[in-house]
Amino acid sequence: MSGLAAGIRLAHYDQRVCILERHYTIGGLNSFYRMNGRDYDVGLHAVTNFTEKGAKKGPLARILRQLRFKWEDFSLAPQKGSRIVFPETEIRFDNDIELLRAEIAQAFPTQVDHFESLLQKIIDYDDLDQAAFQISGRQVLAETFTDPLLIEMLLCPLMWYGNAAEEDMVWGQFCIMFRSIFMEGFARPYKGVRLILKNLVKRFRGLGGELLLRKGVRKIHVDSGHAVAIELDNGEQIVGKRILSSAGNIETLRMCSDTSEPDPRGAGQLTFIESISVLDRQPESIGNSDTIVFYNDSDKFHWNRPKQDLCDVRTGVICSPNNYIYSDDDGTLSDGIVRITTIADFDRWNDLSEEEYRIEKHRWYDRSVASAVRFTPDFRNYVIDTDLFTPTTIQRFTWHDNGAVYGAPDKQLDGTTHVDNLFLCGTDQGYVGIIGAMMSGISMANLHCLRD
Amino acid sequence: MAPEEIRSAIIDILGDIAPDEDLSTLDDAVAFRDQLELDSMDFLDIVMELRKRYRVQVPEEDYTALNSMASTVEYLTPKMVDVVAT
Repeated sequence: MSGLAAGIRLAHYDQRVCILERHYTIGGLNSFYRMNGRDYDVGLHAVTNFTEKGAKKGPLARILRQLRFKWEDFSLAPQKGSRIVFPETEIRFDNDIELLRAEIAQAFPTQVDHFESLLQKIIDYDDLDQAAFQISGRQVLAETFTDPLLIEMLLCPLMWYGNAAEEDMVWGQFCIMFRSIFMEGFARPYKGVRLILKNLVKRFRGLGGELLLRKGVRKIHVDSGHAVAIELDNGEQIVGKRILSSAGNIETLRMCSDTSEPDPRGAGQLTFIESISVLDRQPESIGNSDTIVFYNDSDKFHWNRPKQDLCDVRTGVICSPNNYIYSDDDGTLSDGIVRITTIADFDRWNDLSEEEYRIEKHRWYDRSVASAVRFTPDFRNYVIDTDLFTPTTIQRFTWHDNGAVYGAPDKQLDGTTHVDNLFLCGTDQGYVGIIGAMMSGISMANLHCLRD
Repeated sequence: MAPEEIRSAIIDILGDIAPDEDLSTLDDAVAFRDQLELDSMDFLDIVMELRKRYRVQVPEEDYTALNSMASTVEYLTPKMVDVVAT
């Protein structure tokens, strides 16, 4: 997705652009498929940074302008409302920060002023200040609030939707995620992520861009710090003036002919399983009108790779694509859908035999759903179809080491590498999510490919 | 191109970059930033569109000349004197 956004920018300004996709389908982590006659989305729970039509500020407006799209091209429908649920305490929020403010006042009356002080710090945070970006988010929160439970509850959705590091989140990432989720908010196109992807591809090809599927890059030939050619899996070589890589930081370095195997400890560790349950009715009819529920079953939020088992179901995310405010023309989605995401361990999933893998998929579907229905109405009697993707599925589609959904913890904000005409875009450059991916592609194209 | 033609070329470009802005009330003497929601990415686009449409190069050190409509037209007039209006 970052590649397509970059490609549109460059093709619009008359550069010859070729996008190479290893997989047979586009989108990387944000993709889609069809199975048993039904459409499924991968990756997308929600598009963040939602702003209404006509808004001139914010990442969404900026992306639309930069890619010359109309607001209608993404057809975003806003969420109904979401919850953060811990034992004994819940906080509701939607796309208007007033609800969050009121909920915090009710559940944490002693923290009201502290919350206002946090908002001020977030407004004051300067995206371009690299030193402020790197400080510990937990440290800033501990200096701001006196109730540790509220800190954990605020971190839960923000880490779930974009924290590549375990335990803590850097302050810069915290601010970006806080703005995108609590100050702007969630939305979804009725037709899912495929609508956005298809519009990106159509525009890119319309501008003369070349998109080649099933063309994996095997090697980047580097001579004296300069990339001279790339070599595809089939041995074919392609030359170009510059390369933007969305393969990930260490994944890209590994392809360079002048580097030895990069240190794998730099790779991200956080990956997930996600189950999709298709219901014979709308979730709302069984009392579930939440767009997204972020749950954690103790007062301390756990954001680590599982140490004991294939998954850790103590925390998770429940998402129902039905629960968006779609336009009257679109109506409701025909199938009721509940998606549940929980943390998983790549190595343990990767080490399973084919037979074990099949069994474990069933076992962890049951376990993760059983954990989730403590926080959402039990839907298990209405399930008519299921699917589950695992860390190895994610690795296959994204090519990220460990199937790390949010990439490596250390981001390369300026996108540069040791090779003078090779730049990073996508997850490892620094922005995550659908809006983040497009923003990354646009910024890296602007910064490195349009200024000469 | 005459200054008036350059002005209308810039209005065209702004209309593409920021389609939701009302450009009919633009005050030529006031900075773009103070009347339109333009960020640094949009300014890059003005430069890029000038290059794409009229083959006019604006080096990075001259970006400040694109502050307002009046300063932009003044800056571009000698550079675009040989450009034929379409």
